[in-house]
Amino acid sequence: MIDFGFALTPSATLQIDNLDNKLFEQLRNIEPDVAKCMACGSCTASCSAGNYTELNLRKVILSLQRGREQDTLNSLKSCMLCGKCNIVCPRGINTRHLILSICKVYNI
Amino acid sequence: MIFQGKQKIWSDYQKDIPDDHYFYVRSCIRQNFFPASEQTFLDIVHNRLGKDFYETPHHTTCGGIAYHGEAIPQETVMTIIARQFALMTESGYENYVCSCITSFGLYTETMDDWRNFPELEAKIREDLWKACRREFKVPKYLAHASDVIYKFRNEIAERAKFRLVNKETGEPLRVVEHIGCHYSKMFPSKGIGGAEYPYVLAGMIESWGGEVIDYPERRHCCGFGFRQYLVKANRGYSISNTYKKFESMEPYKPDMIITNCPGCPFFMDRWQYVIAEQTGKTYGENGYGIPVFTYEEVAGLVLGYNPWDLGLQIHQVAVEPLLDKIGIPYDKADKYKGKNGKLLRVPEYPMNIKCC
Repeated sequence: MIDFGFALTPSATLQIDNLDNKLFEQLRNIEPDVAKCMACGSCTASCSAGNYTELNLRKVILSLQRGREQDTLNSLKSCMLCGKCNIVCPRGINTRHLILSICKVYNI
Repeated sequence: MIFQGKQKIWSDYQKDIPDDHYFYVRSCIRQNFFPASEQTFLDIVHNRLGKDFYETPHHTTCGGIAYHGEAIPQETVMTIIARQFALMTESGYENYVCSCITSFGLYTETMDDWRNFPELEAKIREDLWKACRREFKVPKYLAHASDVIYKFRNEIAERAKFRLVNKETGEPLRVVEHIGCHYSKMFPSKGIGGAEYPYVLAGMIESWGGEVIDYPERRHCCGFGFRQYLVKANRGYSISNTYKKFESMEPYKPDMIITNCPGCPFFMDRWQYVIAEQTGKTYGENGYGIPVFTYEEVAGLVLGYNPWDLGLQIHQVAVEPLLDKIGIPYDKADKYKGKNGKLLRVPEYPMNIKCC
């Protein structure tokens, strides 16, 4: 097999009928700004921890919305709460506070 | 003419394509991907259909790749387009025909923006004057080259030496048509059949004897997606899109694919090789791939052009099984001969996808 430096990615089909988003709804109640995220990735691009670990806040938020928190939640443990993502967010989301709220709701 | 019922509904999906006198602009990437296609197109319209097509060596890229790759801003791209329109105006033409779907989408977008924001057009006119002292008129008609072939598809069928029919069984070939996204999805009213029923390629297939296949992912993107391919880290998305399309069309056993965009035939052709090397899977008969053609190549085949003059040896997927099926003669020894019979280099054979 030839390594082209890229590969097929598995299909990300989401079964809406089986979606359990109770925890995300709970998160949205205490942190309504999470709904403002447009997944631009500025937080991830500016993240110091993300350079050395799997931490990717954009991916975390998407996985929470899709009820697939097990995919990414552990990566939040690498967050140093430096708040650089807070400064760059074009939607003005208090991402630092959001991360703390996620930890609280999802019990990590 | 008074249209009623279904005829009336369908007439809403039509577009005006002028009969003659076109200003033609080439595509920058097609020159590299399938260099004989545009030459074939010009030969058909000049020598077979007797139409007036004018092209100037002074025209440039439309800037679409850089624009969609987010390398240049919209004003820059509009000024490039304004210069192309100025060349058309200076040549005395009003009907603008482009070879590229990306260009077609961009011209349509620009003309629509200028209609809605006249102050933007005024600014671009000023920029163009400052940059190169040129002035322009907005084209009266904008068409893609596939619109022109669609318009004259029946004339081509009358002159056809071959039809898209299996010569052994007499059955029509099963053809997948793939429309470029920027042809019908950005401004549906500017394409024949709109976004819901794009008919530009289906019309050609039906006129030339083939059968159009309807399959679930028929309107899915080919996978190019500009940044998805241009940024290597995203290339997995590009090939995954193509994979999804091929998985969807596979059960319908297509004989060939026709496209009207520069990127689509390239990616649907080359990615078949990459998918075969990565997964071992091929989609054609007997370990071959499904041959992918531009509409000019198919028009050329139907009209009896030599397959190697159409540049079919540049395709990754072997075309010979399909030529045999239709009964188009070709000389194997000439496959890799360039102009004046000079032998070009013969490529290596891939491991998992069969080639002739």
